[in-house]
Amino acid sequence: MTIAPAGIPEADPPRLEMRGITKRYPGVVANDHIDLDLRAGEIHALLGENGAGKSTLMNILYGLARPDEGEILLDGVPVTIEGPSDAISRGISMVHQHFMLVPVLSVADNILLGAEVMADPIFLDRRKANRRIKELGDQFGFEIDPDAKVEGLSVGWQQRVEIMKALYREARVLVLDEPTAVLTPQETKEIFAVLRRLADEGRSIIFISHKLYEVLEIADRITVIRRGKVVGTRLPSATDEDDLAELMVGREVQLVVDRGESHPTEPILEVQGIHAKDDRGHETVRGVALTVRAGEIYGVAGVAGNGQEELVEALTGLRRPTSGSVRLDDQDVTGAGPRDLQRAGMSFVPGDRHRFGMVLSFSIADNLVLTQYDEPPFARGILRNDGAIDEWARRAIEQYDIRTPAADIPAGTLSGGNQQKTVVARECSRNLRLLVLDQPTRGLDVGSIEFIHRQVIAKRDEGAAILLVSAELDEILELSDRIGVMYRGSLVAEMDGPSADRETVGLLMATGSRGGGGVAANDAPRAA
Amino acid sequence: MTDPEAGPSAPASGPGALPATPTEASREMGRSTLHRIWALSAIPMAAVALAVIVGAVVMMASSVVIGGSFDAGLPVRAYLALLEGGLGIGAAQPENAITASIVNTAPLLLAGLSVALGFKAGLFNIGATGQFLMGGLAASVVGAQFANADPLVAIPVAVVAGAAGGALYGFIPGLLKAVTGAHEVVTTIMLNYIATFTASALVIGLLRAPGFTFDRTAAVSNATLPVVFGRDLNLGVFLAVAFVPITSWLIWRTTLGFEIRTVGANPSAARYAGMSPRRLIILTMSLCGLLSGLAGAILFLGEIGFYPATFGTAIGFDAIAVALLGRAHPVGVLFGALLFGVLRAGAPLMQIRAEIPVEIIDVLQAIILFFLAADIVVRRLFRVRAARAGVDEIQTVTRSYGEQAVR
Repeated sequence: MTIAPAGIPEADPPRLEMRGITKRYPGVVANDHIDLDLRAGEIHALLGENGAGKSTLMNILYGLARPDEGEILLDGVPVTIEGPSDAISRGISMVHQHFMLVPVLSVADNILLGAEVMADPIFLDRRKANRRIKELGDQFGFEIDPDAKVEGLSVGWQQRVEIMKALYREARVLVLDEPTAVLTPQETKEIFAVLRRLADEGRSIIFISHKLYEVLEIADRITVIRRGKVVGTRLPSATDEDDLAELMVGREVQLVVDRGESHPTEPILEVQGIHAKDDRGHETVRGVALTVRAGEIYGVAGVAGNGQEELVEALTGLRRPTSGSVRLDDQDVTGAGPRDLQRAGMSFVPGDRHRFGMVLSFSIADNLVLTQYDEPPFARGILRNDGAIDEWARRAIEQYDIRTPAADIPAGTLSGGNQQKTVVARECSRNLRLLVLDQPTRGLDVGSIEFIHRQVIAKRDEGAAILLVSAELDEILELSDRIGVMYRGSLVAEMDGPSADRETVGLLMATGSRGGGGVAANDAPRAA
Repeated sequence: MTDPEAGPSAPASGPGALPATPTEASREMGRSTLHRIWALSAIPMAAVALAVIVGAVVMMASSVVIGGSFDAGLPVRAYLALLEGGLGIGAAQPENAITASIVNTAPLLLAGLSVALGFKAGLFNIGATGQFLMGGLAASVVGAQFANADPLVAIPVAVVAGAAGGALYGFIPGLLKAVTGAHEVVTTIMLNYIATFTASALVIGLLRAPGFTFDRTAAVSNATLPVVFGRDLNLGVFLAVAFVPITSWLIWRTTLGFEIRTVGANPSAARYAGMSPRRLIILTMSLCGLLSGLAGAILFLGEIGFYPATFGTAIGFDAIAVALLGRAHPVGVLFGALLFGVLRAGAPLMQIRAEIPVEIIDVLQAIILFFLAADIVVRRLFRVRAARAGVDEIQTVTRSYGEQAVR
C-alpha cells in the first residue's frame, strides 16, 4: 500500500513509522491496526471524518494516549513515547488547532516557555534566545519581532509563533491539526510556503485537514482514515477531491450541493446601521446594514473576529445593540430578547454549539426541544409532554440522520457532526421566517456538511430568509445568493453570490478593499 | 440519508409513528433505569461504607488517647448501640426508636430537598439555616395567633406562614444575585447570621410571651401538628415525605423544572433558548427558601410548640450533606436524610453505652462528605466505573465561586 513519492529514496528507514496501532475505548475501536509512515522531508496529509480516529492516532504519537497494540519507530528504532515532553524531546511537536499561546506574553516568552535558555540558574539568557529566534525567522522567511505581544498579532502570525515554538525545540516531525481552519486564503498561501520550505529543509510534516483541495495542493502523500482504519493512501497526482471524499465517507459525496436558483420575494430581515460592543466594551460592530429577503441565502463572509460574532448576537437577542434598528417581518424587533424573536419567526443555529446551542449533559431528546419546550405539543400547560418529545426525537433522529444508539443518551456523547445535526434539526423544524446560521459547519466532516447544506437550501426553497455567517469562504461561495463581506465591524462590499469570485472576496476579507485597481468600498472602518 | 425536501415542519404526535415493540422497549428501559440508579448511588454508598470504617478507626484511636488502652471491640459496641438507638434493633420497644429517627429525618429531608433543588439550578444554597429559622419563627408566631382557632384552620395557616417566611428569606439572596450578581454563597451565609440574631432579638423584645422564665413566643396550641402514630410521629413527617414526589415532579415533569435544570447546566444555552436566568434564579431561590421554611414549620409546630430566643441549629449544613449524599435527587435525598436521622437519633444511646461522644456523628458526616467530594478516592478503592455524569452537584459546589454575574 505504500507508494514512494517521486524523488525520495526508498532505502532509508522512514523518519517515523507507526505500525499496527490499535486503540480501543469502551464500545469503540478508535484505531484499528493503523499503519502510517512519514519520510524525511515529506508533507503527509491525514484525512478523515470527525471521529474517524485521527486525533486518537496523533494523541498516541504525542504521548497523550497509549496504544493497546502496535509500535512506533523513529528512524527505524522502536520507541515508547511517555508523554508530550518525551515526544518533544524526541523531536515530535504538535501545533494544535486552538493555539496554546499566552496572549499577554511576548513572542519570545511564548517560544521560550518550557524550553528556557538560562544564563545562570536563576536568570534567562534573553539575548541568546532572541538571537536564536531571529535566526529561525530568517531561515524560514518570516521576520518576527521577538518582543511583540502575542495578543496583538493576527491569527496567521500567531500560528507562525506556534510553528516557531516547534522549530525552537528542534522538531523533526511536526503535526499540524487543521492549521488553515482559522486563516484567510492569503494567509493559507503564506503558511503553505512556510511548510514547503520546512519540508525542503528535511523536516517531516503531518498535516490534518478537512479541506480536500488544500490537501491536494500541499501534500506529498495523503492517507485517509475511516472508522479507525486506513482505507487508502494516495498521491495527489493520482487522485481528486471526489475520490478522496468518497474514501473518507465511504459513499459518493456531493461536495458542492446544487443550490438551484433562488426566488427571493419580500424582505424579511431589515437591519439598519447597527452598532454593538463586545464583552470588553470595544465597539466591534460599526454600522452594519443589510436586508435578507424571503427565499434567499445572504452570506456574511469575513475572517473570524471582524465583529461577526457580536453582529449575530445582536440580531438574535443575545446582545443588546448600542444603536441602529432591526426589523423582522415588518415588526420592529430592535433589542428584543431571544424568546420574542423566536415567537416572531426567527430560528438560530449558534456558532458555539457547546456554549449556546445545546446542553451537553441533557439527553438528545431534551436538546431537540430546547427552544420549543414550552410550546405544544411538547408542553401541556405547565407540564412537559414526554410522549410527544420522545416521539419527535425518534422522528428527528431518523430524518436528520443523527447517528446515536438512543434518544435518551447525553448529547455530549455524540460526535460534533451529530451534535450539529441535532441543533439544525431543532431549528429547522420550527415554523420559521428567518433562519440565522453562524458557522454552521465549523469543524464538521464532509458528510455532515453536505447534509446541513442540503437542509439550508431546502429551507430557502420553502421560502425562508436565511442569514449565513461563516468564516469558511467556500461555504459562503457555495451557498450564498448574495454575499456581504465583513471587515472590522462593517460590511465593506455586497455582491451577487453565484457570480462572486473567490480571489476578490478573499482579498476583501483580508484587506477590506478590492486592492490596487479596484475602488475601496469602505472608508470609515480603516481609521480605527 | 433522508429526503431533505420532506423536512419536518411542526412535529405532530399523531399516528403514523413507528412504535418499538413495547416489551423490548420496556425491558430496555428497565435495564437502563437500574443501571442509572446504580451509577448514581454507587459512590454515595461506598462513601458511607468507607466512613463507617474510618469512623471505627477514629473511635479506636480516641480510646487509646482518652482511655489509655486499646479496645478493638469499642467500634462494634458503638455501632450496635447506634443501631439500637436509631432503628430499635435489639431494643425493648423498637417502634419508639424508629419513630424518633423518622421525626428527626423530616426537617432534614425538606432542608435537603431545598439544597438539592438549588443544585439543579446551579445554585449553592448555604442559607437553609436562615430560611429554616425564618420559616419556623413565622409559623410559630402565626400559629400562636391562631392558638385558639379550629385546628383545621390554625394548622394550614401556620404551615403556610412558615413556607412563606422561608420563601421570602430565599427570595432575598435570589434577588441580590439576579440584580447585582452578588454570590449566593456569600449572601446566604450572611443571611444565616442575620436570621439567627434577628429572630432572637424579636423574641426577646416584640414577640416575647409573658409568664415564662425564659424568652420565648406564646404556645401554638391548636396549631400543633397532631401526633398520628406512636409516641411522636406527627403530621409534619407526612408533609415532608409528600415533598419528595412533589419536588421530583417539579424538576422532571414541568416546563419550569426543565428551565431550572437548563439554567443550572448551561446558563448561556438557557438564555439562547429564550429563558430568563434572572427570573429563574429568583424563583428557584424562593422555592429553596419555601422548602427550608417548611422544615422550620414542621419542627416548631410539631415538636417544640413555640420559638425560643436562643435556638441554634446546624440544619443548613446537615442539609448540604444530605443533598450531596442523595446526589441532588429527591429520592436520594430521602435516603440521605434517613441516614442522618437514624444516626442522630441513635447517637445518645451510643454515648451512654460506649461512652463515645455524640460528636462522632459529625465526624462520620464529615468523612462521608470528604469521600463524596474526593470521589476519585472511592473510584480507585472500589474500582467503580460509574458514569462521571452525576457529580454535577459537586461541580456546583466547587465551581460556584468566581463565576461571572448573570446577564
